[in-house]
Amino acid sequence: MTRLHPRWIFRFYVDGFRSMTVGRTLWKIILLKLFVMFFILKLFFFPNYLNTHFETDEQRADHVLDMITQPAESRNP
Amino acid sequence: MVEQMDLTMVNWARAQFAMTAMYHWIFVPLTLGLSFLIAFFESIYVKTGNEDWKKIAKFWMVLFGINFAIGVATGIILEFEFGTNWSNYSWMVGDIFGAPLAVEGIAAFFLEATFFAVMFFGWERVSKKFHLFSTWMVAVGSNLSALWILVANGWMQYPTGMMFNPDTARFEMQDFWAVLFSPVAISKFTHTTSSGFLFASLFVITISSWYLLKGRHRQMARKSILVASVFGLLSSGYVAFTGDEAAYNNAHRQPMKLAAFEGLWEGEKGAGLVAAGIVNPSKKVNDDQKPFLFEIRIPGMLSLMANREPGSFVPGIKDLVYGNKEENIMGANEKIIKGKIAVEQLAIYKKARREGADAEAQAALARFDENKDYLGFGFLNSPEEAVPPVSTVFYAFHIMVILGGFFPVLFLLFLVFALKDTLIHQKWLLFLGVVSVFLGFVAGQCGWVVAEVGRQPWAIQDLLPVTVARSNLTTGTVQTTFFMFLAIFTILLIAEIKIMLKQIQLGPEGK
Repeated sequence: MTRLHPRWIFRFYVDGFRSMTVGRTLWKIILLKLFVMFFILKLFFFPNYLNTHFETDEQRADHVLDMITQPAESRNP
Repeated sequence: MVEQMDLTMVNWARAQFAMTAMYHWIFVPLTLGLSFLIAFFESIYVKTGNEDWKKIAKFWMVLFGINFAIGVATGIILEFEFGTNWSNYSWMVGDIFGAPLAVEGIAAFFLEATFFAVMFFGWERVSKKFHLFSTWMVAVGSNLSALWILVANGWMQYPTGMMFNPDTARFEMQDFWAVLFSPVAISKFTHTTSSGFLFASLFVITISSWYLLKGRHRQMARKSILVASVFGLLSSGYVAFTGDEAAYNNAHRQPMKLAAFEGLWEGEKGAGLVAAGIVNPSKKVNDDQKPFLFEIRIPGMLSLMANREPGSFVPGIKDLVYGNKEENIMGANEKIIKGKIAVEQLAIYKKARREGADAEAQAALARFDENKDYLGFGFLNSPEEAVPPVSTVFYAFHIMVILGGFFPVLFLLFLVFALKDTLIHQKWLLFLGVVSVFLGFVAGQCGWVVAEVGRQPWAIQDLLPVTVARSNLTTGTVQTTFFMFLAIFTILLIAEIKIMLKQIQLGPEGK
């Protein structure tokens, strides 16, 4: 039971991270990658199109319905 | 509100999605397969108590960790692209995929946070058996975390268990089990994961062969090859079996894809399978040019593969585009008429509903329901648009199949010579082993080209073409992010290769 004590679990992770060698480089890459993905790409380059252009689900549904019911000729220039 | 659509943007968005998926698929198959190989190595260690196997398991675990760390979250980019470039598609399928993908993501996170930690940090801190259990859980969990995304892909190839809601413009799930256990989803999951097992086996053979050529870590390399060649051999058989099942599914649910990857322009009874050939690049569906400049055909095999009957009829591209009354095949030309009625009635329904004209709305809805199975065809301008790029799909399929036939022979040779302990003298085989992982990579990418290019022009088979699935963005926006991703993924790939090569150089003694 001692092993499942929260302190043991905490030490398990802390010691594990401390003893890493190649893993430290990998964690740096992971953190840098997540930062680039979520704080640069997602925020500035990949906004959710419908969420940023419309406020309600009803408006979004109407927009998509408009898009899929326009004549094919005007769709493919 | 409705702006002019631009095909160029669609092609950039397609290219971006393809590039992201192809990069993502460098990391994923290795994670899927290597996790099981590590579990095998560790199981042998726990069973025999031989410390060599522990060392082997730990060495491959480091490479697994590098691959996992570099590859983790590269799939999230695909979800970004859905929301930005493919917003119509995203909206329409959100009810079916949103929640299960989120649950899968959370479950994978907790599984990884728990068992990955034990696997990497717990060698001397938990019991042997619990450590082994954790390693197996990582293997099972990693593979299960690929389940729903592959089920989603299977659904896009064969949409089932849902109903289109004309008020919300969404496909809504009606039968969860029909979606999960659709034959296409099952075949997609089993074929894809087992191809990952095969790829990881080749990866182990490549590095072990290199060690043997260099005369380093001979025992570790031989033992690794023994396990990897058995796993690879079994996986090859299973990949072939599930591949055959996938082709059978294509014949019945996506016949255009089957006709394209076999270059079958005109349907025939007792259709032959093209074992090898050069496609006539100028051949069109509405001309009488020869389909091949050169071909080697195996008589009756395609009919056997498609229908399990050697003399049966397999529809060709022409039959699927213009119809074949004799064989009771409705062509894309007729489907377009029905599809246009569906689109038109949906527009009438939408307008009547907004104006509060209930009777008119209900009448339009009834006519829409009669034709809704052909909805996607209503967005095509001509029946010829229903044909995917035949040459690309044909060559991708044949390269995949040829390599799929080569791998079991390779695994068998490695197994035989490893058992005889004479691998070290087979330099030619070791050289072949060193390049084999690249061949595995080519085969895997070709498989995805067949699956995805082969189903064009559809984002959702027969219901939504890619030209309608996309967002109203300018070409420049997508171009910018395309090159941004190209740079990011290339940097990540270089980082992976550099760190991995360094670790391979260090060998099992390195930390």
